[in-house]
Amino acid sequence: MSKPAIMLNNVTKSFGSTQVLKEISLDVSPGEVLVLIGASGSGKSTVLRIMSGLEKSDGGEIWVNNVPLHENKRAREICGHVGMVFQQFNLFPHKTALGNVTLALIKAQKLSVAEANKRGMAALERVGLAERSHHYPAQLSGGQQQRVAIARALAVEPKIMFFDEATSALDPELVGEVMEVMRSLAREGMTMVVVTHEMGFARKTADRVVFMDQGIIAEQGTPEQIFVNPQNPRTQQFLSRVLEH
Amino acid sequence: MSELIISALPTLLQGLGITLLLSVAAIIGSTLLGLLAAVLRTSGLPVAKQIAVLYTELFRGTPVLITLMFIYFGIAYFGYEINLFAAGILGLSIYQGAYIAEVFRAGIEAVPKGQWEVSWILGLSKRQTFMNVVLPQTRGIVLPPLVGQYLSLIKDTSIVSMIGMSELMHQGQAIVDRIGQPVVIYGLVSLLYFAVCFPLSRWVQHHQTRSQLS
Repeated sequence: MSKPAIMLNNVTKSFGSTQVLKEISLDVSPGEVLVLIGASGSGKSTVLRIMSGLEKSDGGEIWVNNVPLHENKRAREICGHVGMVFQQFNLFPHKTALGNVTLALIKAQKLSVAEANKRGMAALERVGLAERSHHYPAQLSGGQQQRVAIARALAVEPKIMFFDEATSALDPELVGEVMEVMRSLAREGMTMVVVTHEMGFARKTADRVVFMDQGIIAEQGTPEQIFVNPQNPRTQQFLSRVLEH
Repeated sequence: MSELIISALPTLLQGLGITLLLSVAAIIGSTLLGLLAAVLRTSGLPVAKQIAVLYTELFRGTPVLITLMFIYFGIAYFGYEINLFAAGILGLSIYQGAYIAEVFRAGIEAVPKGQWEVSWILGLSKRQTFMNVVLPQTRGIVLPPLVGQYLSLIKDTSIVSMIGMSELMHQGQAIVDRIGQPVVIYGLVSLLYFAVCFPLSRWVQHHQTRSQLS
């Protein structure tokens, strides 16, 4: 059996007096698509931020791509090996689509401009936006901006991709184009951890669905197990509320 | 009156030249100092932050004349020599740098935290993020207040006349002392300051309008 791409062991996290994660343990296998679902404040985004190194845990062990993120001195080793797509896109507004994608390649990976442009254009091609490479974020729709953000993350050739409610800030008619890019990444075998409220995506694309409730993993299983036959009353309650709409 | 203006103008223009030189040098000095203080203040390092806070609060809480006097006479008191021009540049740079630091700090803090986060994940160092991501984004935010501060600095150069430097204001005073006619001479001095400051003020307004339109 291959070593997990991500390993969380009894991870805890509090913000002030509020404990948002209570001894979370979770493994993600290479190539797996793991979807985290749960109500707002259940801790799913905090898990993602801890996995990506953006947030420090209070306790427990976190191994991502063999990097021990719980050791502060080594946390930086993860940079450039994982990709993160945020709800608010976080594109660099003063750079074109291509400029956004190539900045880290030129500055952090020290590629030549020509090489970075080549790789950047390939990443934009992958998300269907090569013809918009010279547009600034303000000249793109929300869906296109998010696809540029995905291309930017992919260009550094990450081993793992994190998606933090990547479609929540989009108009409903723009959600599909972003979802399609995410589905194609899943088909290509990318290890993905996705926080989403899009239950259709979780059901059709996830290998495993984790339901979080009040800082714990209340239930996990295949999409079939979670959506058709949930065991935990809190999962049943959450899904009946979400699927009603 | 025209004869008076014609005879005073060469001396005043000579003073204006020194005012402009002093302004440009102090603008460069205060911008660098202000940027450094803003970086220290937003660096997250407690000691660096304390140093920056002490600097900005100290000089924002004292008159520019005291700063100039302290530098010019203070350095002499300790047995060192400093010429008037250098004292003027140093005093204005240190004093205005404290205000400019606050302008830059506001600009840096206005850049969303997500920009730092995504840069970190992409593998950019803090310095690379600051230079390539944060600083370019502060340009539009800091430019209007920064130019406002530069205008204030240009006008503050008149205070350097108090320590005896022959800039525009000092030359005007010298002419008035010699031949009188303060209304005409100081009117002329005001016009020359205005001729320097007004285009700068219009330029920033134009830039702001263009930025809003784009």
